[in-house]
Amino acid sequence: MTTVQEHKSGGMGRDVIIYVCLLVLAAIQFVIAYQNIDASRMLVRMLAVAIVEAGLALLFFMHLSENRGLKWFVLIFTVAVILGMQYGWTDSFRLIDGVPWAK
Amino acid sequence: MSQADLTMQGHSTGAMAPPTFSVPAKKMAMWLFIIADTATFAGCLVAYGFIRNSTPDWPRPFHSITNVALMTFILLTSSLTMLIGVKSAQKGDKAGAFRWTIFTAVLGIAFAVLHLREWMGMIGEGATLFHNPWGTPLFSSLFFSITGLHLLHVTGGVIALIAVGIRYRGGRYKADDLEITGLYWHFVDLVWMFVVPLVYLLNLAH
Repeated sequence: MTTVQEHKSGGMGRDVIIYVCLLVLAAIQFVIAYQNIDASRMLVRMLAVAIVEAGLALLFFMHLSENRGLKWFVLIFTVAVILGMQYGWTDSFRLIDGVPWAK
Repeated sequence: MSQADLTMQGHSTGAMAPPTFSVPAKKMAMWLFIIADTATFAGCLVAYGFIRNSTPDWPRPFHSITNVALMTFILLTSSLTMLIGVKSAQKGDKAGAFRWTIFTAVLGIAFAVLHLREWMGMIGEGATLFHNPWGTPLFSSLFFSITGLHLLHVTGGVIALIAVGIRYRGGRYKADDLEITGLYWHFVDLVWMFVVPLVYLLNLAH
């Protein structure tokens, strides 16, 4: 049975694979930037790739996958805070388009 | 076994509560900082998105992705070298750990130099914190604020890497301290993964 400490001081194989995956995902973001699509679609695609990148970095580079309690603590708090910031988007559309019922 | 021995091994002795999530206090403090800093960057990026969305004729001044691609490559590579440094420290290879930590710091400096070169180019074209030659001044304000905040984190990380690396080599810090500094460095890398698409790639001239 391997302990966490033994795993930590083990080889670099998995880390190199994650590193290559991150490079590929970053490259995908650059490819998306040159696609002939509207900004909102581009944003969604790029953010989806960025979230996968962040997940890989958190789970493997920052070793969150090795501590279940900490993983959920970080995830719940961070997601809750970020979601809480999304309440104002409708206002940003209203600023440029005006209120829909005024048209 | 004395109570002090039990405490050192992380067992509850009744006098001290066990560490939260079995994470040492210093590491937990870094995680709390990372959560708080995530909120800071998320706040900046959401504000940027809000303003970009509500501003007609938002400028798209970037013509080349070469510099930002190189910066991304350097920062991602520095995360790998940081991991190698921490692994070396956990194996007891002090010289190797120090060498890789300093190499990580050098990559951080290279990133900062490229970043400043890009800034100087933009400033040379007339972009400042309050003036933007391509349209709304809000673009420049947000660009310099967000990338500046990230650059500040990179600079702080480079200083921390050098300081912790030297103290680790001198025997004052342990492998755990290097790992905690590494957590911060990976976080700086993680933030860049969001800054690049939102601040650079979405503003690429087609």
